[in-house]
This record gives sequence, C-alpha cells and structure tokens, in this order.
Amino acid sequence: MSKYQKVAYYPGCALEGTGHAYNQSTKMVGKALGLELDEVKDWNCCGAMEVKNVDPKVQTYLSSRVMSIAANEMQAKVVMAPCNGCYHNLKKAEYDLAHDEASRQVVERISKKAGHDTYQAGQVETIHALDWIKDGIGEDELKRRLKGSLKGLKVANYYGCMYTRPRHIFPEKDQGAGSESTSQPHFMDDLLAAAGAENVDFPLKTACCGGAHTLSDSDTSTKLVLNILRAAEAAGADVIATECPTCHSGLEMHQVRAEKVLGQKTTVKMLYFTQLLGVALGVSPRKLGVHENVSDGLSLLKEKQLV
Amino acid sequence: MREELLQQAEAVLEEWVKARGEVPTAETIEGFRLLALHRQGARGVPSFNACRETCREIAYHYNLLADEQGQKTLQMMTLLVEHLRLFVRGKLEVEGLGEFCCSSRALRQEPETEASPHG
Repeated sequence: MSKYQKVAYYPGCALEGTGHAYNQSTKMVGKALGLELDEVKDWNCCGAMEVKNVDPKVQTYLSSRVMSIAANEMQAKVVMAPCNGCYHNLKKAEYDLAHDEASRQVVERISKKAGHDTYQAGQVETIHALDWIKDGIGEDELKRRLKGSLKGLKVANYYGCMYTRPRHIFPEKDQGAGSESTSQPHFMDDLLAAAGAENVDFPLKTACCGGAHTLSDSDTSTKLVLNILRAAEAAGADVIATECPTCHSGLEMHQVRAEKVLGQKTTVKMLYFTQLLGVALGVSPRKLGVHENVSDGLSLLKEKQLV
Repeated sequence: MREELLQQAEAVLEEWVKARGEVPTAETIEGFRLLALHRQGARGVPSFNACRETCREIAYHYNLLADEQGQKTLQMMTLLVEHLRLFVRGKLEVEGLGEFCCSSRALRQEPETEASPHG
C-alpha cells in the first residue's frame, strides 16, 4: 500500500471559500481513486502572505501547528495540501525548523503557550495534491480506473509560482527521473495526459500572475494574467488546468476584468486539474463543482462531448 | 525579429539593474547576456527569480527561431518578452513598498529586533 493511500488533509482557508470547487473535486477524485483523506483537526491558517509579510516566524509557527496536530494528535506521517500557498508555507516552515535555531525557539515558545506539542522538523512529510495522485496512484493505475477520457481537449497546465519556488524548500524535487522539476514542472501534465488530454507547449506555466499584487496594483495583475491567457490561447489550449485556488481565482477574475477594463477578451476556460481528472473518472460535473467556476467550463466539456 | 525581441528583453533587465544603482553586465551565460543580466538582477533579491524561467524561455524561443520562421513561435516569444516587461515594471513600482512576489521572499531576512513580539 502506498504511503499516500491515507493522508492528513489540510484544505486551508481558500478551499473553504473561493476554492470550494477545488476542495470538492479533490475529495471526489480521492474517493474515485480509493485514496483516503483524514482532515486535520482544528486546523488554522498557514500564515499565508499576510502574516508572512508581517512576521515570518509567526507564519512558521502557524504552519508548524498544523503539522504538529497531524503528527502528534493524528499520528499521521503525511500532510497533503492542495493549495500552493499552504503547501509552500508548510514546506517553508519545515525548512526553517530544520535549519534555523531562532525559528525553532519561537515555535517552541508559542507552542508551549498555546498548550500543544511543539512540531519537530521531519515528523511529517508535506505533499501537494499532485504528489498525492502522481505518487499515490500513478499514471498506470489512473488509466485503469478511468471511466471516460479527456480525448480532444487541449490543455495548458499552469502551476503558478509557489509550487516550485524557492527551490531549496523542496529538496525532493529535481532528483532526476520520476521526480518533479522546479524549472519545468510536469506532474499535472503527466496526470492529465494519462487521462487522455492533449497538453500544449505552454512556456508561461510557472510565470508570475501578479497574485500578490491583486489589491495593491490590480492593473499590473490584470495585464500579467491577460498575457498568460493569451499565451495559452496562442499555444492552442481550450482550457488552462490549475492546481492552486489563488491562481485559479486570479486567472478567472482578471479574465473578466481584462475584458471590462482593457476591452481585451479571451475565451480560454479555467478548470482545476482535479475537476478534469474527475470528469475522466466518470464523476458528474456538479459533484466536481464545475458550476461554481466563473469561466464556463461546463459548456466546453459539453462541446467536446466529455460529459 | 528575434534579435529585436531579445534586445528588448535585455533592455528591460538593464532598466532593473540600473534602478538598483549597478552597471548592467556585458557578460553572458550559456551564450545569452539576458541570462547574465537576470543573475545580476536577482543578486540579493530572491523574489527576482520569479522571472528566471521566463528569461530561459525567451532564450529557448530565440534558439527555436534560428531554425524556423514559425509565426507561432515568434508570437510566443513576443508574449514572453511582454511578460518580462510587465513583471519588472511591477517590481520597479513596488520596490521599497514590500515584496512583489511573496513566494520567493528570502527566508529569515528581517532584522532581529530587541523587543521580540513573540515573547
């Protein structure tokens, strides 16, 4: 049995809000693949960008608490976070606690005050939803379980920036054949190709979408997103597959804004990779939350006769 | 056209390097001044690595265009240069106001203060 067959699930704040469809489709795909999720009890915010920008050590503590609950209260060995921001922050906290004494001291002090066990580096392994499916099931088993196919669907896979950067907090990546690459990530490409999709060559797959800029400089964010959407269309994509709720929301909202503010219309759709996999696994679009997306992915799926 | 686009990309990074009070390098990495400029621009600013792959893709598309005259490749290189321009422009605008790219923020870069807020 794979060590990822049952994992502690850390959905994070976004998956209870704008990323609700990602949460739902992740659970549905897990169910269809026979992978178990055990949600982290009483989880808290990972520290996101807000806390991290004010005090990085408090962010380290917040992420460490999630891992502490998983390790010490649930006896979990693996924590799976589908959100790039959460995944990134837990990995960063892991790195800090393994390499920085000052961070260890702060985490120990706050953990004692909060009355829970202090997380020790190495107690759990943090993975992304992509690792969970790619390493927990793999392409061959995924193919065996398919009830449909994504045949005829051209996909641009967009990973965003936090999934691979900074590379030193992801020591398991760039380890040769079979491992994920920080410069040319491919796990989502691999999984969707196994489900029958045609991946297009998309050179902006890890480019900045201006997500951190959305409120302070919306115009720059809109232009960055518009450029990504145009590149996907130029590459021939019908849909951009996403694996992060923040990226996904950013692409969808700025697609609308680009048309309203800049008069620049693009038609490429956005779907979470879990929604696409779910379709290939025979799960209904409604159960995958496709109707919750801003861009009309359902019409595309119908047009391509995939549902 | 590919030469022009590459020069535009270099000019974008030159602007960034100059804004930081440095002289843009004339060196090359793997045959590309663009990559050397990126390395120079990212020194001490880890968040600048958020455009590293964009620079490498520009170099890759430049090489592709040596062997083909594909309109699609040219269009993609144009979009890549535009992305670099937008990213650096945004970066210039917010420099001093905070990190543009939270994901690449340096770890433990804040100065230690006497009065710790964690106590």
